[in-house]
Amino acid sequence: MAEPLLSVRDLTVDIPLSSGTLHAVRGIGFDLPRGETLCIVGESGSGKSMTALAVMDLLGGGMKRHASRLVFDGEDLLTASPRTMRHLRGERMAMIFQEPMTSLNPAYTIGDQLTEALFLHRRVSKQEAQARALELLEKVGITAAASRLRQYPHQLSGGLRQRVMIAMALMCEPDLIIADEPTTALDVTIQAQILRLLVDLQRELGMAMILITHDLGVVSRVADHVAVMYAGELVEYGSATEVFNTPAHPYTRGLLRCIPIPGRNERGARLGSIPGIVPSLIGNVRGCSYRTRCEFAGSACADAIPERYIETNHAYRCVHEGGGARQTAGIAL
Amino acid sequence: MMSIALTLTPEEIVGPSPMQMLRKRVFGHRGLMFGSVVLIVVFLLALFAPLLATHDPFAQDLTARMRPPVFLGGSWDHILGTDQLGRDFLSRLLYGARISLTIGFVTAIISGVIGTTMGVAAGYFGGRTDTIVTFLITTRLAMPVVLVALAVVAIFGGSLQVVILVLGFLLWDRFAVVMRAATRQIVSREYVTAARAIGCSVPRIVLSEILPNVANSLIIVVTLEMAHAILLEAALSFLGLGVQPPTPSWGLMVSEGKQMMLFNPWMITIPGIALFALVLAINLLGDGLRDVTAPENRN
Amino acid sequence: MLVFAFKRLGLAILVALTVSVLSFGLLFLSGDPATAVAGEGATETDIEAISAFYGFDRPFIVQYGEWLWNAMRGDFGQSYYFQIPVASLIADRLTITMTLGVCAIIFALVIAIPLGVAAAVRPNSIVDRTALFVSVLGQAMPSFWFGLLLIVLFSIKLGWLAPSGTQNWHNFIMPTVVLGYYAMPAIMRLTRAGMLEVLHADYIRTARAKGAGEWRVLFKHALRNAIIPVVSLAAVQMGFMLGGSIVVESIFALHGAGYLAWESIARNDLPTVQALILIFSMFYIAFTFLSDLLNAWLDPRMRVA
Repeated sequence: MAEPLLSVRDLTVDIPLSSGTLHAVRGIGFDLPRGETLCIVGESGSGKSMTALAVMDLLGGGMKRHASRLVFDGEDLLTASPRTMRHLRGERMAMIFQEPMTSLNPAYTIGDQLTEALFLHRRVSKQEAQARALELLEKVGITAAASRLRQYPHQLSGGLRQRVMIAMALMCEPDLIIADEPTTALDVTIQAQILRLLVDLQRELGMAMILITHDLGVVSRVADHVAVMYAGELVEYGSATEVFNTPAHPYTRGLLRCIPIPGRNERGARLGSIPGIVPSLIGNVRGCSYRTRCEFAGSACADAIPERYIETNHAYRCVHEGGGARQTAGIAL
Repeated sequence: MMSIALTLTPEEIVGPSPMQMLRKRVFGHRGLMFGSVVLIVVFLLALFAPLLATHDPFAQDLTARMRPPVFLGGSWDHILGTDQLGRDFLSRLLYGARISLTIGFVTAIISGVIGTTMGVAAGYFGGRTDTIVTFLITTRLAMPVVLVALAVVAIFGGSLQVVILVLGFLLWDRFAVVMRAATRQIVSREYVTAARAIGCSVPRIVLSEILPNVANSLIIVVTLEMAHAILLEAALSFLGLGVQPPTPSWGLMVSEGKQMMLFNPWMITIPGIALFALVLAINLLGDGLRDVTAPENRN
Repeated sequence: MLVFAFKRLGLAILVALTVSVLSFGLLFLSGDPATAVAGEGATETDIEAISAFYGFDRPFIVQYGEWLWNAMRGDFGQSYYFQIPVASLIADRLTITMTLGVCAIIFALVIAIPLGVAAAVRPNSIVDRTALFVSVLGQAMPSFWFGLLLIVLFSIKLGWLAPSGTQNWHNFIMPTVVLGYYAMPAIMRLTRAGMLEVLHADYIRTARAKGAGEWRVLFKHALRNAIIPVVSLAAVQMGFMLGGSIVVESIFALHGAGYLAWESIARNDLPTVQALILIFSMFYIAFTFLSDLLNAWLDPRMRVA
């Protein structure tokens, strides 16, 4: 197998707080081959965004990142200088954020902000940059692109702003695009459009993508690989077909029960839910963090949890072989 | 299973009570503590000035003019020395604290009443009332305070009462601005709407729903304006158009010391430090109160 | 934008008119201004003659109308004390005060903005604490006392600077520092607060994700947004400084408009005082008006509204 574009091992993110250290991400690892899509799913606070920011080296405010391996296209990000990181960001790896309403600088025009991405990394003339911005605005489906370039963010709707954000991320044709819940803040009708656009562009331009979401319906449609995060840990990781067909971890199975499938769920029948809340991650957490909510929890769950493999590319973390009883086996989508 | 689940929960967090937290914040805030202690000390010194003063602050002794303070080689008879008319510096300083504190308190009360009334009215009624109040605030801000205060005090003659009244009628702007904003915020809350809906009278709503909720901001503005008034009085007196001699105003003492500062810089340093310490204490108290009452706004 | 500008101009004119009524009326507070002009020991007939000469016997509204009409044409009457036209008297002095004001605001901005930015970049660091400390001290320091301390240090002890005078630029150093120091704390705090807020904004993260360097993030993306309220504050401070110039100019005997105001008040020179109050107010109104326009121009969201 060719060298993956992004290879992560034992990534941790710690946030020092006055009440102790919050272990937001606790030793996760994955490989992302070129041109493929990895979806990271999990509840709010499970460390999905932190993982993305850690890869981009955009963690702010005293947060600490550790890993045994963090390699992007042969470049070791752990030892990369801030200067190198700056050159990688925007040029080779780009990010799209959750909040299109506030992610654009209100003081500059769309055109200024789009071309800035190009000027930062390429020696291009103003005309070339403008032309590229125009081309991308059209590509992301914005009409009257030329006049949009002179507009300010507040004059655009949320959907349009997210399209601009996507165009901005694509300015330098990056190899990796990280989209952190890019549709969460948008109207439901717009969500599908934006997602479609993102996936089409990703395939067309051959970029690898990390899509962070809590929408499993989305994952089933676009993912090559799925990583399920719970309380800062990767509880299950594998190819999308594997994870959806034979979910191994009780949490993944719980998540899958929560999505309605037309024709399969009876009208009026209750959807599944997972009782309880994500535990506090302050201080040292031992054992399985899901055990407070798991129907199969036993005393062994408080000990170290082994990583089990179903196939070479499908792993999960549970003391129980097969993740406990299999009576609630996976739902094929 | 149940027992496992229990041992699994992170150790129970028994938080401190709100009162304990407040106490911790108050006593843990160095600025607030320093400010309150200094203010209380100055207040006590002013209150007991007649007992503490070693001399009559007005008594001149032309045979003992410009004696240096003890730490500059003077005698213990005049601890902080004497001024150019031989009056005891320490005694004048103690009585001067009374002037400054009176100016601060009374001015803040007068301007507070005017400004709060305007601000609350503007915030509560909105519409035309708001337009008028905003206009008045803008107009007031356009008038140069020092100049107008000087001119008016000059017309009516520089007495303590005149200075207080003039400053009181000039320094209401910040009260009005802050109270207007705070009231607008409160009026839109559900409990005020509810009070209106059940037919409470306007004075009742203002007194029982609005004032208690804007009290925090009010107290902070009071401290700011006290400091402002004290500084302004000192400046007016320094310019010779505020409180008139022989009243022992600190600003006046600096002004009197100005002629002597070539050889006796302590004559401006001592009242200056007194003024500076008092204003600093009031400011720190105000900043501290803001931090303590609204911890979320700390940065 | 144009509608906004006209509305704002209308308000400015209305405020200016109100201030003019107040500043004119102020000097009738004392009762009969003729008595004041005549001075002590004037006879009844003297006062009547003076009253007739200056037109004090006419109705207030007529006097005000005439005064305003003349004022708008740049004629503020004759100074009682100097016996020359108030307008030319003030014109001479205003240059000095304006120079002082401009120097002081530049001094304040040049120190306060970088300090505020540095404090916001590393909250609770030594820089932040020092900046906060300096600003707390600045707000509590009586400006006249600070001025005198500077004179004691630089003129008396070190002999570097002349304690007073207007002759050359050396004379402006200490007044600039005193007046500027007075405006610094507020500007510093506002810059710090603005930067703290802006630096947490999502678009700052976007800029970093694009690969922008720290300086570019700070000064192009963050400061550009945080500076908007600082502009208004600086304009307001500039207006207040002209008022504050009275104290500073009198300490350093800098013969500007502030010094003139002090002299005129002490000498009961009514027309000069009236004119100065009006002119200082006009400057304040003009500054805030310009700053509102500048603000609207700096903030694209307001530009369109």
